Amino acid sequence: MTALSAHPGRSALHRFIGGYGQEIVVLLSIVALFVVVGIINPRFLSDTNINSIFAGNAYIAIAAIGMSMVIIAGHIDVSVGALIGVIATIAGTLAVNGYPVWVAWVVPILFAMAVNAGVGALVAYTRIPSIVVTLGMLSILKGGLISITAGEWISDLPTEFMIAQMRPFGIPSAVYFMVLLTAVAALFMRYTDFGRSIYAVGGNMEAARAAGINPERTVVGVFILHGLFAGIAGILFATQLQVIQSTVPPNLELTVITASVIGGVSILGGTGTVIGSTLAAILFACIGSALIFLNVSAYWLRAVLGLLILATVLADMARRRRVT
Amino acid sequence: MTASRLLRHETILGVLTVIALIVLASLSDKFFTAENLLNQGRLMSEVGLVALAMTFVIVTGGIDLSVGSILGLTAILLGVFWKNLGLPLPAAMVLALACGTFAGWVNGLIITRFRVPPLIATLATLALYRGLAEGISEARSVRGYPEWFFFFGQGEVLGVPFQLWVLGLATIVAAVILGLTPFGRATYAIGANETAARFSGIRVDAVKLWIYTGAGFCSALAAVIFVSRVTTTRSDMGTGLELDVITGVVLGGTSIFGGRGTIIGTVLGLILIQALKNGLALSGVKGDGTIVVIGLVLIGAILAGALFDRNRGG
Repeated sequence: MTALSAHPGRSALHRFIGGYGQEIVVLLSIVALFVVVGIINPRFLSDTNINSIFAGNAYIAIAAIGMSMVIIAGHIDVSVGALIGVIATIAGTLAVNGYPVWVAWVVPILFAMAVNAGVGALVAYTRIPSIVVTLGMLSILKGGLISITAGEWISDLPTEFMIAQMRPFGIPSAVYFMVLLTAVAALFMRYTDFGRSIYAVGGNMEAARAAGINPERTVVGVFILHGLFAGIAGILFATQLQVIQSTVPPNLELTVITASVIGGVSILGGTGTVIGSTLAAILFACIGSALIFLNVSAYWLRAVLGLLILATVLADMARRRRVT
Repeated sequence: MTASRLLRHETILGVLTVIALIVLASLSDKFFTAENLLNQGRLMSEVGLVALAMTFVIVTGGIDLSVGSILGLTAILLGVFWKNLGLPLPAAMVLALACGTFAGWVNGLIITRFRVPPLIATLATLALYRGLAEGISEARSVRGYPEWFFFFGQGEVLGVPFQLWVLGLATIVAAVILGLTPFGRATYAIGANETAARFSGIRVDAVKLWIYTGAGFCSALAAVIFVSRVTTTRSDMGTGLELDVITGVVLGGTSIFGGRGTIIGTVLGLILIQALKNGLALSGVKGDGTIVVIGLVLIGAILAGALFDRNRGG
C-alpha cells in the first residue's frame, strides 16, 4: 500500500494494463464506436438497434468462449461453424417432430460434446495436429448435414422452443446467456485447477506434465467444454429466426476464431481471456451495425471489417513488442 | 532419415490411391475412361495450382487462408479491368495477375515485416480481399468474354486440357525448386527451425516473402483459368478453396508444423481427392456424401501415418 501511495496507482495500473491490455483496447474501441457513431446518427443508440447488436451476435460470443479455451490450450478448431449448423438442424428436427422442448435443447448439446470428445481424443492421444483433425471433421459434418437434409429448411418451429426470442425483463435471453457464460467461464479459467491447467498446457506442455498435470486429459476436457459452448451457441442460433436453413453458416468458424484472437488470445497458446473474446465479438457486431448507420454500402462491409481486423492485429503486434 | 520417412508416407498414399482407383473403376465402368480422367484433371487444375504454392507455405511452417479470396478478387478485377475500364482483355489478364500477386506479397509483408503469425495475417486478408471483391463488383457478374479467352479453361492441346499442361509444368517447376535448389533447402530449413535457419545465414524473410507472393500468383493464375472455364466472374468465386487446398497438401504428407513435405505427395493427395469425388459421384453417391468420405480419408491417412511413425520411432 505504501508503495502505491508513493507512486499513485502506478504499479497496480501497470500490472492491470499488462494483464488486460487487449481487453481494455477492445472495450475502449466499443465505447468510442458508440460515442462517435451515436453522435453522427443517434438512431444507432436506439433500443432496437442495441438489442439487435447484442442479441443477434450472442451466439458468436458464446462460441468464441469455447474457441478461446481451445486456442489457449494450444489448439484450434476450424469445424465449429459446421458443428453449429448441425446442432441447429438436429434441434429443429427434434422440435418439429414433437419431442419435448428440453430434449430438443439438450440432445444436440450432448451430441456436440460427444463429437468434440472424439476430436479431443484424436488430438490428444494420436498427436495429429488439431487443424488437420478439425479440417477433416469440417468435411464430415458439412457433407453429412447437406446429404442428409438435402438443404431443406425447417419451419413451423413451436413457439416454446424459441429460447433466443424469449425476453425476460425485456432483455433478450441470448444476452443473459452471453453475460452469464462469459462470467462463469472467466472465473472458471482463473480460479479452478482445471482452468489454470489449460493455460499451463498451452504455455508449455512438457512443463505442465512435469508439474503433475495430465495434458492429454486436459486437452480432451477442453474440447468437451468447447462442445458445450458450441452446443449452446447452436441452440441460440437455431432459435433466433423463424426457420432453420439446414446449412453450414458460411465463414462462421473464421468469425469465431477472429473474435478469440482479436480479444487477445495468442494463437500460439497459453495466454488470453474469455472476456476479451466476448468483447471482440461485440466489437465486430457493433462495427457491422455502425457501418450500416454510417451509410457505407453493404457491399463494402466485409472489406472495411477486414481492414479493421488487420489494423487491430498490427496494433496488437506493435503493443506486444513494446511490452516485451 | 527424413528422406526415408517422407518416402514412407508417399508410399502409403500411393498404395491408397491405387486401391481407390481400382475400387472406383470396378464400381463404375465410366470411371476409367480417358475422357473422364482428362476431364477430372481439368477440374483438379485450379486447386492443384494453389496447392503447389501452399506446399511451400506449409513446409515453412506457415499457412495461407487467403488464397480463395485472392482467387475471387483476381477474377473480379479481371472482369472490371476488361468490361468497366475497357482495357484489352490480354492487358486486363496481366493486370489482374499482377494484382493477385501483389495481394500475396502483402500477405508476405505483414507476416515477415510485422511478425504477425501467418494464420492471423491471412485470416485478416481473407476477409479483406473477399470484401474488396464484393465491394468492387457490387454483386454484379461479368459475362460475354470473347471466344478465344475460353481456350485457357476449356481448350485442349494435343488432346489434353490446356490447364492440365499448365498444372503439369507448374508441378515440375515446383518439384525442382523445392527438391533441388538452395531455395528449396532454405524452405525446409525455415520450417524445421526458423531461428537456426536465420543464424545459418538463410535470408528467412526474403524466402518467405517470395513464397507468399508465389501463393498469390498461383491463386491469380487459377482465377484466370477458373473464369475461362465457367465463362463468368462472380465475387464469391473460390470461397472455401483454402480448405480444399490445405486438405490436399496435408493428405500429401506435408507436416502442418513445417519442415516436411514434398510436391509429389501433394500431387498424390490431390489425385486421391479428385478420384474419390468423381468415382463416388459416378457410383451414385450424392455430391455432398463425397465430402464426408474426403474428411474420413484425411483423418484416416494422417492417423495411419502417425501410428506408423510411432512404431518406427519407438
